[in-house]
Amino acid sequence: MTSRIPNIFNKNKSKNKKTFISYLVCGDPTKDITLSAMHTMSKYGVDIIELGIPFTDPIADGPTIQKSIDRSLKNNTSLHDVISVVKEFRKENNDTAVVLMGYMNPVHKMGVAKFAKKINDTGIDGVLIVDSPPEESVILNKYLTKYKKSHIYLASPTTTDQRMKNISKMSSGYVYYVTIKGITGSQLSNVNSIRKNVNKIKKYSNNNLPVAVGFGIKDSSSAQKMAAFSDGIIIGSSIVELIHKYSNNEKKMNSKLSTYISSISNVI
Amino acid sequence: MKRKINLKNYPSKSGHFDAFGGVYVSETLIHPLRELFSAYKKYATSASFKKTLNSQLKDYVGRPTPIYYAESLSKELGSSHIYLKREDLNHTGAHKINNALGQALLAKKMGKTRIIAETGAGQHGVATATACARLNLKCVVYMGEEDINRQSVNVYRMKLLGAEVVSVNSGTKTLKDALNEALRDWVTNVDDTHYIIGSVAGPHPYPMIVRDFQSVIGYEARNQFKKEYKCLPDYLVACVGGGSNAIGLFHPFLNDKVKIVGVEAGGSGIKSGKHAAPLSAGSPGVLHGNRTYIMEDENGQIKNTHSISAGLDYPGVGPEHSWLKDLKRVEYTAVTDDEALDAFFTLTQKEGIIPALETAHALAYAFQLAKKLKNKKILLNLSGRGDKDIDTIAKLKNIKL
Ligand SMILES: Cc1ncc(COP(=O)(O)O)c(C=O)c1O
Repeated sequence: MTSRIPNIFNKNKSKNKKTFISYLVCGDPTKDITLSAMHTMSKYGVDIIELGIPFTDPIADGPTIQKSIDRSLKNNTSLHDVISVVKEFRKENNDTAVVLMGYMNPVHKMGVAKFAKKINDTGIDGVLIVDSPPEESVILNKYLTKYKKSHIYLASPTTTDQRMKNISKMSSGYVYYVTIKGITGSQLSNVNSIRKNVNKIKKYSNNNLPVAVGFGIKDSSSAQKMAAFSDGIIIGSSIVELIHKYSNNEKKMNSKLSTYISSISNVI
Repeated sequence: MKRKINLKNYPSKSGHFDAFGGVYVSETLIHPLRELFSAYKKYATSASFKKTLNSQLKDYVGRPTPIYYAESLSKELGSSHIYLKREDLNHTGAHKINNALGQALLAKKMGKTRIIAETGAGQHGVATATACARLNLKCVVYMGEEDINRQSVNVYRMKLLGAEVVSVNSGTKTLKDALNEALRDWVTNVDDTHYIIGSVAGPHPYPMIVRDFQSVIGYEARNQFKKEYKCLPDYLVACVGGGSNAIGLFHPFLNDKVKIVGVEAGGSGIKSGKHAAPLSAGSPGVLHGNRTYIMEDENGQIKNTHSISAGLDYPGVGPEHSWLKDLKRVEYTAVTDDEALDAFFTLTQKEGIIPALETAHALAYAFQLAKKLKNKKILLNLSGRGDKDIDTIAKLKNIKL
């Protein structure tokens, strides 16, 4: 099935709403909690879920997500498990898009062709491999294109104009603009330069590809600020932290999560 | 291996050694890596840079290092001859300074004011701290908590030299996690910071830059050997952690008729699974910015490594070694902790040279080779001295220092 992502952005746009993207690590603390959190997030306004594939060496992540990954790996959560969680999720949800996000090695180990086929069979909508820029993603890109899935790439404050052009050409679904030089969980800074770069990517993109911004968005005020000039916002560390804090009480976790998600969804 | 390798073509423009190497990093690091590549091409190949580096390698580091014929030990082992390229005699006690100094000079040219490094055994950390003290650069060294405990002398040396040593307690608390943390620092501080990677690992252009700076070992050795013995050695042997001392010796000999062997850390034995020998018992995967042989489980998670030697305790290896393995140009093997320890004592007692535990792995294999072969000349890279390992050895012998 074709990626849900383009339609989601289009639909939100027609309603003058921005797309809400959330990130969480699959399997922290258990697959059941992850599934439960995914349903809650979709119900209260998340449009796209970036589901993190745990990896032992997450070089782009800060302490919050590192620890979450460690907890997930204690249960040996594998890429197979991540895919099986989406399979469960799809039994009840056919609207929210799911993007698998992670590092190259687990995908490499499974084999790119097999991975892409499973993505397709499971109703996953897109893939973002943090440590595999376009130059190293040719084969993965070929398969994802074949299955009409979204292949999301990062752009960052250090990305040159020429590269931004290339990245917006290579990406599908959306471009993930990383707001800061740094790792996940860092502080947001310099809104003006973020806006400038987001506009640049939009200008370079010949197919009106949406640009979503992430890293450093923690609350409704930062979400609103970033949503003002982008097509969508991505929240990771704060959600990971919240799930962890209440994970021994599923009901409470879902209630806190719903409040938090609504508070963001309402202002973007 | 039949076809002659056109070494000039590797790594390719995209940083690949055929199926290995590359640039597997998040987008933020792409530009700094390209800047580094350009700066390297611009400065490091210029005559004036080479002149400065060479004069410092001579007067500050103490190059050229000699080749020493271990005559009495060779005689004891049989009819073959063991020659030691004495990188342990370098300032700071290991080959690591060749690269640290080269990269620190490059960083200075690039206008960087802050240097970061990862270290396992502490030798690269000490070398980097030394180069930074010498060139007035701020220095931060990431080191796994476990390594800090087993290499305490080097930790203190780094601090004396003015470096900040940051203890890394994520993951396995060893070299690979120190590397992760250094990459995270770099991505956050790219504007003023240069990352001096300590081995031929990491994303392109690091495997190339470090190889080039370390190749001084092989070029020197090749000339020295030809001059002194009117021939080339029959065998080259070096230990392989990330693989920098090995590639430094090997690279200038790749087109020669010389057998080459890299020795990995076999830990408690390959069969036990407790080792650090990705080339001997791993599979190709992606770690720390490049595709190379790694130690991974069936789900692609990086496995814990085990070695008595902190400097070899790493689940990956430089991509060029993976390439040379698949080309069958270099043979890779492993020796156990115990074999390395035996070799450590043998060299110390027979030749009066205390080797690093990393180096002891190469020695153990060279001794086996010398016993087996008749009349062969074996050139071994004595990559470092063992002072840093005295604590570990004493503890094993239940001796309190
Ligand atoms: C003396 C010595 N030899 C070898 C190594 C292993 O590194 P490489 O394989 O990059 O030479 C180290 C690393 O710390 C070392 O200190």
